[in-house]
Amino acid sequence: MIDDYEDGNALAGPLSEIFTFDVTTADTRCAGCGRTGPVAGLRVYTHAPGLVARCPGCEEVVLRVVRTPTAAWLDLRGSVALRIPLAPA
Amino acid sequence: MGIVSPGFHGRRRGAGVKLPPGQYLTEDFPVLSAGPTPRIRPEDWEFTVTTETGQEHRWSWRELLDLPGETPTVDIHCVTKWSKLGTSWEGVSLDTLLADVDTAADYALVHSYGGYTTNLPLEDLLDGQAWIAYRFDGEDLAPEHGGPARLLVPHLYFWKSAKWVRGIRLMDEDEPGFWETAGYHDYGDPWREQRYQGD
Ligand SMILES: [Zn+2]
Repeated sequence: MIDDYEDGNALAGPLSEIFTFDVTTADTRCAGCGRTGPVAGLRVYTHAPGLVARCPGCEEVVLRVVRTPTAAWLDLRGSVALRIPLAPA
Repeated sequence: MGIVSPGFHGRRRGAGVKLPPGQYLTEDFPVLSAGPTPRIRPEDWEFTVTTETGQEHRWSWRELLDLPGETPTVDIHCVTKWSKLGTSWEGVSLDTLLADVDTAADYALVHSYGGYTTNLPLEDLLDGQAWIAYRFDGEDLAPEHGGPARLLVPHLYFWKSAKWVRGIRLMDEDEPGFWETAGYHDYGDPWREQRYQGD
């Protein structure tokens, strides 16, 4: 079986409920291997009880989202930081 | 009494069967996965039980298969709402594996090849409720379903039945696993619909 993941754009819809910006355009640094790249480039496993986004370099979990009927759970432990492009202040 | 009268003949298998609240019946076996499928050769496989005092008990693939096997037929319930009835497995009961393990622990943290974890009370692994399963439906357990071996603990939501099982740590304190740290229920009883924290 081929591993069944999608690219990070699969996060755009679910995370638009939480963030006011398009999170797929942010850069993230993997806490596992240090690889830096756009959230859109993560591997997102969607056939699961939540969304699991993994680093394309080391396959560690970078980000997880679970949507319950009353809340969203966002786990960013695998991400050192998100760099979010903004208009000049 | 159910909505289907007991005298009704010719019904589909499963029709009229009482499912846990919020579940629907499926005949296929959906594959859920939070990551890439680990490929573990049986000769590299091992299963470890670590007690709260740090004592380790290990079984190789050959040693697992040499233990007496059981063939449970059970209903399984996934938190994503599908249920599958009458699934046939072969594996070794946790009662057998834990028979000579000296422990007073109350909790277990199951860990898998690939890094997955899930937690449950130790008593839920005992008394004929849980197996290390290596065959499904008469065939060796396929990698996408957790082969070479997975935990099978069918009275809880199926995320507790960890695929690619590698070991169990016995602990005095409860420690939440992969989904239990991201909003899912700590115990996960389908009949009480314990999907999320607070249910
Ligand atoms: Zn990485």
